[in-house]
Amino acid sequence: MRVARWLAGALILGVLAYLNFFVFEAPLLIKLINVSLFSALFVLYRVIRGPSPADRIIAVDILGVLIIGVLALLGLFYDQGFFMDIALIWALLSFVASLAFAKVLEGRRLDD
Amino acid sequence: MIRHTIGMAFIWVGILFDFLGVLGLLRLPDVYNRLQAATKCVTFGSAGLLFGVFILKGFSSFGFKALLGIAFIFLTSPIAAHAIARASHRSRIPLCPESVVDLYEADHELKEEGGHAAP
Repeated sequence: MRVARWLAGALILGVLAYLNFFVFEAPLLIKLINVSLFSALFVLYRVIRGPSPADRIIAVDILGVLIIGVLALLGLFYDQGFFMDIALIWALLSFVASLAFAKVLEGRRLDD
Repeated sequence: MIRHTIGMAFIWVGILFDFLGVLGLLRLPDVYNRLQAATKCVTFGSAGLLFGVFILKGFSSFGFKALLGIAFIFLTSPIAAHAIARASHRSRIPLCPESVVDLYEADHELKEEGGHAAP
């Protein structure tokens, strides 16, 4: 059973990687952005079905970090500098949101 | 040309670490183990990717914004991870059944018994 699950996971990942890198016709940076977006899809699975609230908080935090990487690659692809501004502001807001969620989870008030 | 190769190598390593961190977030059994895997994804994943962007773009405004992003991520992400870990331990989210020791809980009980006063 365990081996079957490992094989199914490896098969799904292999099919996704093959379709992304050998079938899909695009520049290389777009393919790398696609890998990050697949990762964001897995993170969304953990957001929806987290067993505890802390799992969802961690998943949202990591989603912010992944989106910073995606924005940097998008700015590199379009050769525009303002994507990094969006990434910096996203990092700031993600940090504040993580601290606020942690305080609420601990059971304290926000102005404590 | 060499600069382009080094930058793309950093970007590949960053993407790989991001993917492995997300895989750990998906597979590990516990909140604390997942937090450990996810923090790896921050430190070498997105920061390496931003460093690759900095190498590719050189000392322009784009590159300096990427360096600023690295500094900001390195300053804020461990603080957020520490806050989440402490909050989840204080709100009694259980450890996985395979874990052997919980030193934070033992320290907390020692302080509750009044061994030595908290400073």
